[in-house]
Amino acid sequence: MSEILGVDGLTVRLPNGAAVVDGVSFALRRGETFALLGESGCGKSVTALSLMRLLPDGVRVAGGAVRLGDSDVLTLPEREMCAVRGGRLAMIFQEPGLSLNPVLTVGRQIAEVLELHGGDQASVQAETVEAGGCSRARLDQSGEVGIEVEQRCIELLTQVGIPDAPRRIHEYPFQLSGGMKQRVMIAMALAGAPGVLIADEPTTALDVTIQAQVLQLLRDTQAESGMAMLLITHDLGVVAEMAHQVAVMYAGQIVERASRQQLFTQPLHPYTRKLFAALPDARRGAAPLEAIPGNVPTPDAMPPGCRFAPRCDRAWALCHERAPEWREVDGQGVRCHLYAPEGAGREQGEAAGAAEPGFYPAPDSRSHTLLEVSNLQVHFPIRRGVLQRQVGVVRAVDGVSLEIGAGRTLALVGESGCGKTTAGKAMLQLIAPTAGSVRFGGQELIGLSAQALRAQRAGMQMVFQDPYASLNPRMRVAEILDEGMAALGVGGDSAARQGLMDALMEQVGLSAAAKWRYPHEFSGGQRQRIAIARALAVNPQLLICDEPTSALDVSVQAQILNLLRALQQELELSYLFITHNLAVVEYLAHEVCVMYLGRIVERGATAEVLGAPRHPYTQALLSAVPRVDGGSGQVIRLAGEMPSPAHPPQGCHFHPRCPQAMTICRETYPGETALGGTQRVHCHLYAESVGRAGD
Amino acid sequence: MLAYLIRRLLYAIPILVGVNLLTFALFFVVNTPDDMARMQLGIKRVTPEAIEKWKAQHGYDKPLLFNAQAAGVEKFTETIFVERSVSMFAFDFGYSDDGRSISREIGTRMWPSLAIALPNFFVGLALYITFALLMTLFRGTALDVAGVALCVVLMSISSLFYIIGGQFLVSKLWHWVPISGYAPGLDGLKFLVLPVIIGVIGGIGGNARWYRTIFLEEVNKDYVRTARAKGLSEIKVLFRHVLKNALIPILTGVVVVIPLLFMGSLLTESFFGIPGLGSYTIDAINMQDFNIVRAMVFLGSVLYIVGLILTDISYTLVDPRVRLQ
Ligand SMILES: Nc1ncnc2c1ncn2[C@@H]1O[C@H](COP(=O)(O)OP(=O)(O)OP(=O)(O)O)[C@@H](O)[C@H]1O
Ligand code: SF4
Ligand code: SF4
Ligand SMILES: [Mg+2]
Repeated sequence: MSEILGVDGLTVRLPNGAAVVDGVSFALRRGETFALLGESGCGKSVTALSLMRLLPDGVRVAGGAVRLGDSDVLTLPEREMCAVRGGRLAMIFQEPGLSLNPVLTVGRQIAEVLELHGGDQASVQAETVEAGGCSRARLDQSGEVGIEVEQRCIELLTQVGIPDAPRRIHEYPFQLSGGMKQRVMIAMALAGAPGVLIADEPTTALDVTIQAQVLQLLRDTQAESGMAMLLITHDLGVVAEMAHQVAVMYAGQIVERASRQQLFTQPLHPYTRKLFAALPDARRGAAPLEAIPGNVPTPDAMPPGCRFAPRCDRAWALCHERAPEWREVDGQGVRCHLYAPEGAGREQGEAAGAAEPGFYPAPDSRSHTLLEVSNLQVHFPIRRGVLQRQVGVVRAVDGVSLEIGAGRTLALVGESGCGKTTAGKAMLQLIAPTAGSVRFGGQELIGLSAQALRAQRAGMQMVFQDPYASLNPRMRVAEILDEGMAALGVGGDSAARQGLMDALMEQVGLSAAAKWRYPHEFSGGQRQRIAIARALAVNPQLLICDEPTSALDVSVQAQILNLLRALQQELELSYLFITHNLAVVEYLAHEVCVMYLGRIVERGATAEVLGAPRHPYTQALLSAVPRVDGGSGQVIRLAGEMPSPAHPPQGCHFHPRCPQAMTICRETYPGETALGGTQRVHCHLYAESVGRAGD
Repeated sequence: MLAYLIRRLLYAIPILVGVNLLTFALFFVVNTPDDMARMQLGIKRVTPEAIEKWKAQHGYDKPLLFNAQAAGVEKFTETIFVERSVSMFAFDFGYSDDGRSISREIGTRMWPSLAIALPNFFVGLALYITFALLMTLFRGTALDVAGVALCVVLMSISSLFYIIGGQFLVSKLWHWVPISGYAPGLDGLKFLVLPVIIGVIGGIGGNARWYRTIFLEEVNKDYVRTARAKGLSEIKVLFRHVLKNALIPILTGVVVVIPLLFMGSLLTESFFGIPGLGSYTIDAINMQDFNIVRAMVFLGSVLYIVGLILTDISYTLVDPRVRLQ
């Protein structure tokens, strides 16, 4: 296989001189996917952008070479570089929602690439040129495209799996869903028939079922065109599914390079091994995750020796003094002293005692019910017309019932927009429910006066997804913690509260002195700890956690998950855990409810539901999650996307996407069927009258 | 969209009544009908009878807001406020204290105002956008820094200085154009050049800097990176992608003032002796002519509301996200 893109000793510096990418080298070969794996801030995106020469203002390449064919991309004149971008080197980005021009039609945006890089569509270019300046002007102003170009746009959109392409090319990005926007981005990248496609976290912003569709599309396109792909990701599962070669990046350097096979069977670098160990997984049972202590160092404060040394449990004196060299071991490259002559004898044997303090067995299921929600509904009115009459409703939450026992964790799982967050907020009475009942410790919350509600609020607290947005940047941590306690009259006088705060900080794994700092002085993981401390400050019995780890890196996620589990043991806390991450559910939850379009479609003990999912949606959801152990089962690919909750489909909400839909599914919504054990499901396949016909 | 416009128009009514009431209150707090009569009659002939007579003639002999003598609804309608306000909603502004029809006056005076305000607005807009685009294209370089510095300098100078300095240099020293005055038609051109140029220069600093900020914010967005990744040159990126998006906040920000162009500029018109609505208003304030002041405030509010509605319409024209929803 021939090398198509070679990167040699690439170094990129920030305006202040700090190197964010430091001597990175790798090579892409035709038809191969090369994955660049690493946590946020390790320099993956900067590496990709410097290959395209699209670095942000002030950030510059300080050394190295990027060979593309026989030219060095880094020294090409800007004019020639324009021909390379979008032509031989194309790129797609993480946020499809932000990466398309909002005021130009999809067709116009694809046509632009066709006009720039005619390539094998020479006829297209000839046609536009012949038509002359006049037609060019028309293209630009009206946002419409010439016939030939339009034809090619439709072909491309069809190729990336967008139904009804002739209509879609006249639409604007906001009219498409997230998954479709990413398909358009891919179509745009393919339009220039590139030799290399750089994909920067192409599926991170998408739901798992949509992620599965997009990854499949990328694989198919690659097989067809033979292009090389540089896939940037933080997700080991995506690597397992896509990559041929993998490089692991840490703090601006590649610390390990291997084939997928080698990396997954025998990771060499201690960091890589830790990444695997930090992944939540049901098979671990009650054992804590191996969190990597601390955080990724910032570029202006790199440790002098090995950059991983402060967090590495294998480090010894040499590691803190001298940076390790790059070394090849059986075709696998690694940057670690363990594999140098000086480390001889050390690489064998596992590190001792990495686990955090011990865990106690989970409280048993006979515990009393703490929160009981029945038939909860939240409908948002849609208003229109001169008088703002209500013309319809968005059924964000449409009849959700669940119970959480004291000291237990219930996970509410579903894709974005299914109503998870709204349901959580409605239970806390942060949004007024339209109907239903929420009983907390036997007390009905709906209809309580504001004052009576405040008394109950101390019992249930919420932890939000984004630790950056949920803490007031102008308040010290101590003030943030004190605010809630003072408001709810918890913790006695202010001196007593200071003492409580210190204890809280220690409890969430921060030093007591840190309470005098401001939120921006903490890392993402630490901020989430503060958010948890704030919630705990008022002695709640129940925490509603809305995606508390989805903004965090895997190694930090593990710290937070371990913390939540330890706190549960210690304080007999109950959790309602709102998430889309099934691995987290497996690790943390006793019971799980799977939500689709405002309703719970399957529920039961975690082991039962995730071990033997019965609802076709749960089955598809589970099979769509990329697994580290590689394609263990056949992936059920769902067509299409979740419909709008303003217009739920007739009958079973899932029938337009369900691979097993029957006639009755189009007519009536299935009732609940108990399946033995704790598992319950809403699906006609299991209803008594139909029997198990479709199973 | 139509429903939306109707709703906006309905909302406008209470706003206009409120504005009217406020002007009314402010004006009569400083200036009672008796004061007006004295001012109009001159010092010598002021006897209580003369004042009463003047008030009766000019319709100021009723209570201001509440008529205790009248019965029923007339308690409210038989007042100066209602008598003077209701007709205004039919754009009948009545007569000024010197007996001329205000509506007719507005009809003739708006043309000189427009003759200055329109070119000022459009030339200015084009110039500011071009200047801001250039600074954006050369962002981070010495040219950009120099441009911003120039803006800050131009911004910190008072507009009075531009007017007086301009009149002194161009008219007094160089005798290129007359110092002030106005003539209708093409003859008037020589009177318009200087005020327009000075108006445009006076606005460069603030506007170009503001537009530059909008452009810079836009330039750093993800979709612009996508456009560059396609292989477009920086100029094409600016013109095809950034410009259209940045024009949304710029246009919608300026559309609101378009109707107000009718009202002219108080400062420029009085300094250049332009017989427009701006100088009309200033003179009326000096003369304490309530009818004119109130008519102008009312007209200003109406035009502002029209501007807001035009802003909403312009959104739907330039932004497909609004248009198609
Ligand atoms: N204030 C509101 N007015 C109208 N519709 C709303 C409102 N808030 C939420 N929705 C709609 O309700 C549905 C559920 O929203 P919700 O935020 O609960 O989803 P989610 O499952 O938490 O998604 P994500 O994972 O993206 O956070 C969505 O379709 C959303 O657009
Ligand atoms: S060089 Fe030392 S500190 Fe660095 S990863 Fe290897 S063992 Fe750990
Ligand atoms: S009820 Fe029918 S459509 Fe719905 S999930 Fe079951 S089989 Fe599929
Ligand atoms: Mg959510």
